[in-house]
Amino acid sequence: MRGFWRAFRRNRLAIIGGIVTVCLALLALAAPVIAPWDPNRPDVKKILASPSRAHVAGTDQIGRDVLSRMLFGARVSLAVGFVSVGIATFIGIALGSVAGYNGGSVDAAIMRLVDLMLVFPRFFLLLAVLAFLKPSIWTIMVVIGVTGWMGVARLVRAEFLALKEREFVLWSQSIGASGFRIIWRHILPNAMAPVLVAMTLGIPAAILTESGLSFLGLGVQPPHATWGNILNEGKEVIELAWWLSVYPGVAILVTVLSYNLLGEGIRDALDPRLRQSGGRVGGRGR
Amino acid sequence: MLAYVVRRLFLAVPLLLGITFVSFLVIHLAPGDPVQSLAGGDMTMTHDPKQYRQLVELYGLDKPLHVQYWNWLNRLARLDFGRSFGPNARPVLSMIAERLPITLLLNIVEMLIIVAAAVPIGALSATRQYSTFDKVTTVFVFIGFATPEFWLALLLMILFGVQLGWLPISGLRSMNWEYLSFWQQQADFLSHVTLPIVVATFGGLAGFSRYMRQSMLEVVRQDYIQSARAKGLAERVVIGKHALRNALLPIVTILGLSLPTLIGGSVIVESIFAIPGMGQLMVQAAFERDYPVLMGNLVIVSSITLLANLAADVAYGLVDPRIRVGRRRR
Repeated sequence: MRGFWRAFRRNRLAIIGGIVTVCLALLALAAPVIAPWDPNRPDVKKILASPSRAHVAGTDQIGRDVLSRMLFGARVSLAVGFVSVGIATFIGIALGSVAGYNGGSVDAAIMRLVDLMLVFPRFFLLLAVLAFLKPSIWTIMVVIGVTGWMGVARLVRAEFLALKEREFVLWSQSIGASGFRIIWRHILPNAMAPVLVAMTLGIPAAILTESGLSFLGLGVQPPHATWGNILNEGKEVIELAWWLSVYPGVAILVTVLSYNLLGEGIRDALDPRLRQSGGRVGGRGR
Repeated sequence: MLAYVVRRLFLAVPLLLGITFVSFLVIHLAPGDPVQSLAGGDMTMTHDPKQYRQLVELYGLDKPLHVQYWNWLNRLARLDFGRSFGPNARPVLSMIAERLPITLLLNIVEMLIIVAAAVPIGALSATRQYSTFDKVTTVFVFIGFATPEFWLALLLMILFGVQLGWLPISGLRSMNWEYLSFWQQQADFLSHVTLPIVVATFGGLAGFSRYMRQSMLEVVRQDYIQSARAKGLAERVVIGKHALRNALLPIVTILGLSLPTLIGGSVIVESIFAIPGMGQLMVQAAFERDYPVLMGNLVIVSSITLLANLAADVAYGLVDPRIRVGRRRR
């Protein structure tokens, strides 16, 4: 753990990424307190007002303050990111650990399912599902989570395949511990490092997916403000109001970028093989 | 080689069946009354109990699920995807056939551009690790990863479409297309697809140049690169021939794996730039809850992905002498 911190601290970009993600989370939490205006209150006297001191990011078609809407949008984006990654991780760990621990036909069946899910162009699958569900924040979270667990399942399975042959597992088996207990208490804690990285990198991916769906009008529905649907509304007035199309996009960019930097930083610090250029990367035949 | 391809095609059948099964489940497990949504929310039709029953029977919804699936599969085997629920009830297959070529064309061009650009960029930044070039591309890669495609499209539309007025921002043809000469028509088409291709290439380019760099970094640390240098080969030959070839191997696999993402990107690009392709069809169908069109799209696009994956695996066998598929693998 100390080696991890030492390596992580040296990565300045990862530190910046970490700080920005924390700040974004705080801003989202504090949105009701710090938002200068009511995000849903229209003001007919200020339709499409360009950025000014009162409205730092301008106003939209019906005079709502864009900055306030973006702050509330951050709550949606981050919530969708966290919850859907939580769902995906849960499914991925459950299936990956069962596959890796049991091996044999169980493993084969689960891995075929993974292959199957990987063949689906995910966005097409999402659209097909969303067409028949009532779009809401919860639907979006569940749908993104349920279609995004394959990576975690593969990682967990690979870790389990390696770990289940180790002495501490054989020892637990020999004193009659249940399979569930061995998976949950003994192997899983040792397999969590790559999962943590996958989660950190999964959050920005989920945020991008959500904003894309909301932009198409199939994600989180108005009047809920999200970065995606502010951009969707901005598209209609792209020639009149650039601020509606620029600021929410910047928000997405900064959020995704900082999570990616943080995630890559954690990965580099966790994986001693990739640490610095000094150590040679092991043979590729593994 | 041929035996391998045949065997892989054979193995693809259960996967394809799985695809249809999941697609079928997706629609039928969704909560809500399917007849209500299938009838397009037409209340007059669903309120009358008699007509309601007729609809249920028409769609075969009164039968058990496995029978429904079997019937559906039977029709699929005869390439009968049913008819659209839209007002003119067109056969789904002809709708897809109309839109598939443009989506395929765009995706193939995008892929070629991505590979053609990402390989040299990745290789250069790996051989010059920590140089200015490497740092600049790394920044570009991270920004490329984090930029939502649809936002980049909006920005480019504002800049090149609205502000500068250089490029058209929607559709595939200008209004006066029919009056243009042959070459003007080609130029017109090119100017319409430029922005969509740039947008779709951007994210993929970032990803692939990163993979290429990573792969190249691993290769240049191998012993055989050392011995190539020790033999006194020119650096150009060491990198360009010995290292590059080996570094390309994982890229082929990743290319196959990232196809679903690339094709999925068509949804956003096509709907922003109003390109009449599969992606746009999918979004329209999703809004109209046009169930046969959605299903047909899903099945066709996944099958294409499956085939392309197979092609990637075959290509992998061709470029890697260690994996002479079909011959030494028994």
